[in-house]
Amino acid sequence: MAEKILMKGNEALAEAAIMAGCRHYFGYPITPQTEVAAYMSRRMPKIGGTFLQAESEIAAINMVIGAAAAGKRAMTSSSSPGISLKSEGISYMAGCDLPALIVNVQRGGPGLGGIQPSQSDYFQATRGGGHGDYHLLVLAPSSVQEMADLVFKGFDLAEKYRMPCMLLADGTMGQMMEPVELSERAGESAAKPWALTGTEGKRRPNIINSLALEPQELEKWNEDRFKRYDIVRENEQMSESYRMEDAEICVVAFGIAARVSQNAVDAARAKGIRAGMLRPITLWPFPEKALKAAADQCKAFVSVELNMGQMIEDVRLAIECKRPVSLCCRTGGMIPSPDEVLSVIERAAEGGK
Amino acid sequence: MMVFEKPKALTNAPLHYCPGCTHGIIHRLVAEAIDSLDIAGRTIGVASVGCSVFAYNYFNCDMVQAAHGRAPAVATGVKRADPSKIVFTYQGDGDLASIGTAETVHSAARGENITIIFVNNAIYGMTGGQMAPTSLPGQVTQTSPYGRDVNTVGYPVRICELLATLDGTGYVERVAVNNVKNVRNAKRAIEKAFRNQVEGKGFSLIEVLSTCPTNWGKTPEGALEWLDQNMIPYYPLGVYKDKFSEEAAK
Amino acid sequence: MSTTQVLIAGFGGQGILFAGKFLAYAGLLQGRNVSWLPSYGPEMRGGTANCSVILSDTQVGSPIVGRPDILIAMNLPSLDKYEDEAPAGASIFVDSSLVTRKVRRTDVNAYYIPATQISNEKGYQTLANMILMGHVIAKTQLIPLDMISAAMKKVVSARHADLLEKNIEAVRLGIDYQE
Repeated sequence: MAEKILMKGNEALAEAAIMAGCRHYFGYPITPQTEVAAYMSRRMPKIGGTFLQAESEIAAINMVIGAAAAGKRAMTSSSSPGISLKSEGISYMAGCDLPALIVNVQRGGPGLGGIQPSQSDYFQATRGGGHGDYHLLVLAPSSVQEMADLVFKGFDLAEKYRMPCMLLADGTMGQMMEPVELSERAGESAAKPWALTGTEGKRRPNIINSLALEPQELEKWNEDRFKRYDIVRENEQMSESYRMEDAEICVVAFGIAARVSQNAVDAARAKGIRAGMLRPITLWPFPEKALKAAADQCKAFVSVELNMGQMIEDVRLAIECKRPVSLCCRTGGMIPSPDEVLSVIERAAEGGK
Repeated sequence: MMVFEKPKALTNAPLHYCPGCTHGIIHRLVAEAIDSLDIAGRTIGVASVGCSVFAYNYFNCDMVQAAHGRAPAVATGVKRADPSKIVFTYQGDGDLASIGTAETVHSAARGENITIIFVNNAIYGMTGGQMAPTSLPGQVTQTSPYGRDVNTVGYPVRICELLATLDGTGYVERVAVNNVKNVRNAKRAIEKAFRNQVEGKGFSLIEVLSTCPTNWGKTPEGALEWLDQNMIPYYPLGVYKDKFSEEAAK
Repeated sequence: MSTTQVLIAGFGGQGILFAGKFLAYAGLLQGRNVSWLPSYGPEMRGGTANCSVILSDTQVGSPIVGRPDILIAMNLPSLDKYEDEAPAGASIFVDSSLVTRKVRRTDVNAYYIPATQISNEKGYQTLANMILMGHVIAKTQLIPLDMISAAMKKVVSARHADLLEKNIEAVRLGIDYQE
């Protein structure tokens, strides 16, 4: 067992990526994720990897496309406005079935917004973000340890399903330090017969492409891709339950909102309210199964988010509107306090919204 | 006796280009360079957006299709992933000199060891003949129906001249494919641009003045003539920078 | 089973994040759950800065310290801003060489130490943070004394071995200080 060390979330995820076999990082500076680039710029040259500060977020994501097309584990990281710029490339990546890791350490928006933590890119991440029919794998860490663990998971899933994977963190997760245990794991898991490695005169050329001018052909591609998405939905939902055994009120929260909500759940329990929490770890696929099961048990739900209410739509869809869902949210870089969450739990417990 | 053959680095797919379009010649020159250096097995091409979007069907090597303007960034990623591969982009003027200006300039500034084939026909061909960053002053296009007015839309971009100012740029030359002499010269330049990469020298870009009879509203011969009389005077042919022979000369 | 929430606040450049990191490592070395969360952004360059540190025997929930059990105020704006957030029974530590007023609350334990002045007198310039930290340790027993040296070794890089001794000495000055 490796020694536990204190690391910032941004640095833990960067080191985890290296341990997962990623040797190609392309990025562009933006607060609050710049530590990732700084870390990579120190480490990559020493291990024969590539750190390249691109001329823009757009160029960075396209460099990731190039390295991923060549069969390498590649990644980029940014924060909200930068992810908007990358969205074109992410759409191409989805259309080309390329695996890669994209980290979004979210800040407040829209526009230039602010630099304080936010979860307001939930829709953008879970709906795809760019143009066209597609999904990303979206993983939401809520501790520094998970910032690292989900990087390993993200690369593996991305390669298994040939999909881009987004690690959807926020400024708090990126900037906070917690004890983390890192240990090397095998990288380059899935075989990549599709990769551009040169034909060496031994096979037909591999072509990586998202263009199909024949609508029948494009429809087929999309349908095939969605069959793969169905498998992902079936097999890869991840969530964590906290004090849910006998819960009547189910708080749903991810990332930093889940950390705050944990305190609120404890406080509610201390007041005799049977509250629990379901924390989605995968935002896409959304943990519908766990929520559906919770709907049979709980009388009300509370969605806690750092935005104006985005995940709440998925909560309602997952439980098919069988139970009332209240919203507890702050936005613009503000974080709800445990007391704010507690008061919404209390109202929900009283049957109000 | 020399027997005329199709280059091995071209597939058998029929080209979709309009009659009289010089893309076909340029494809052939690229393929000949790949054959002559015997690098097809380790070459990875990057197709762009525009008329040459289907280049991935024509070159007999691994290919990736890039978003509009982003080919040099994608090529950078491929090259950095495996520097032993030979990586080239094939881009038009809208792609390279307008939407992808940043990627073009910065891949050159980095001295990225890639080869860029820049096909300049002074118009957006695939979308049906709109004004390009390289459309000539006064040139009539679908979106400059009264002729390109430099007072409102500004001047064309001369890529070779611009890139020649960058320290990172290795080799830039402008060629044309409007007559046999120019085609032969273009063949030499394109092969050199690939050889530079094979020898690990750095960034090479060949700008090829090309025709678009369809969108210029000319016959194939008329288009060749228009290129000669209008484009070459504005975009003079020649080597704009050759750092490698400068270095060799020192 | 206990959780201690610590908020260290002051100007950027006072070593607030460093002091927090020291504390977090001391907790980690005891096998406790810890979290460290800085304020980040432009205030790092001279404005107000603060750092939330939580030491707990159970899993740490929110890493944001809203109601500090221990507040370390290294300037007046920080005391003004956070004094009322501390719960009854909390401990408030004030660098009395920079903060001219007293703690107004009567339901908390207030401690005053002229940390900046002591630091300057010793020629240490920037070690007021660790002097304060020493005083915190003395008054709250937040971390065992024998943990100080090991925790300091975790936060002072090997390249700056000279700083290691100075920092430990600064903590010692804070521990020994009598009001």
